[in-house]
Amino acid sequence: MRASTDQVWDWLDAVPDPEIPVISVVDLGIVRDVQWQGDMLQVTVTPTYSGCPATSVISMDIETALRDHGIDNLRIKTSIAPAWTTDWLSDKGRAKLEAYGIAPPQPAGGPKRCPHCGSTAVEKVSQFGSTPCKAHWRCTDCLEPFDYFKCI
Amino acid sequence: MTRDEAFLQFLLRMGDNTLILGHRVSEWCGVAPVLEEDIALANTALDLIGQTQMWLGLAGEIDGGKSADDLAFLRDAWDFRNVLLVEVPNADFGRTLMRQFLFDAWHSIMLGRLIKSSDERVAAIAAKASKEVAYHLERSGDTVVGLGDGTEESHARMQEALDYLWPYVGEMFASDDVDAQMVAAGIAPYPADLRAEYDALVERVLNTATLTIPESRFAHKGGRDGRMHTEHLGHLLTQMQWLQRAYPGAKW
Repeated sequence: MRASTDQVWDWLDAVPDPEIPVISVVDLGIVRDVQWQGDMLQVTVTPTYSGCPATSVISMDIETALRDHGIDNLRIKTSIAPAWTTDWLSDKGRAKLEAYGIAPPQPAGGPKRCPHCGSTAVEKVSQFGSTPCKAHWRCTDCLEPFDYFKCI
Repeated sequence: MTRDEAFLQFLLRMGDNTLILGHRVSEWCGVAPVLEEDIALANTALDLIGQTQMWLGLAGEIDGGKSADDLAFLRDAWDFRNVLLVEVPNADFGRTLMRQFLFDAWHSIMLGRLIKSSDERVAAIAAKASKEVAYHLERSGDTVVGLGDGTEESHARMQEALDYLWPYVGEMFASDDVDAQMVAAGIAPYPADLRAEYDALVERVLNTATLTIPESRFAHKGGRDGRMHTEHLGHLLTQMQWLQRAYPGAKW
């Protein structure tokens, strides 16, 4: 008996992002669609940043996880349109990011508060951070640097 | 020239610009003046190489089923279609950032137009890339202002960089038969039509940076049509393509 797509979504929600392992690939919003085409399961993923080295690892991790759940006939389809946006991060994912010390994206273009001490006195160090999806900020109250998951 | 031949040339121009600039910027990895700049440059290079995979991937499809890697690693200098600006050596950090700014400004305007391309594959790549390029432009623009309106030394170096690079700007707005065909098909704009918007953006930033734009409109050309690259491209390729040349078909 083939697994329901809801079941597959649950399985995928247990696959961590390779760079930010507190959130899943589903939280990140890069799994766009799961559907059976006859006997074949097709999972559509969209890359975050076009040069992000994590993208190919994510596809491999998804494939490995689904094979572990007994799905042998599957295809990972990459789709670049519509382009990935941080609006697709789940609320659960945003909360986990902040608890992990990464400020979640805000429409205003900067973090709402320091993920360490909660202060709103923060300033940008650089538009670029430790991975393509993050910018580098610091808190002028607790003086700790932190990553901000930038809006795109 | 058939429509497909022109389309291929257009895609090579887009992909070779990002490939060659991406490689140049990657040369800073590990040796930039401060850690934050090293990270910013590496991320910029990574975005550009990612965009290259999309442009050259599509070019390869048009060109009889080649891969983006085939096009990146197995062509020689005369087959590259990047503008000369992106192949000039990095020199100091100031010139690297000035080159980045002059390119980012064009790139962001060009991608903005390509989002409305009649070819949906081109529009999709442009939509994805333009989000990344918005950050490149913000960063390079801020840095050009910081260094231009900085110390006496940094100002002098930025003015020198602008004087050196300005003659390479004009080529981004040159037009030929390839462009005419792309315009007729609704795929891409006339490069010359982007110039007014470009000048307004660049003048605003360079004025804030207290830098003076050279008056001459003389332009070095020969990159985007492959007629005559600078000597620097061949040297860059010997490094970038070395592994595939020495060990054809090598994978890891």
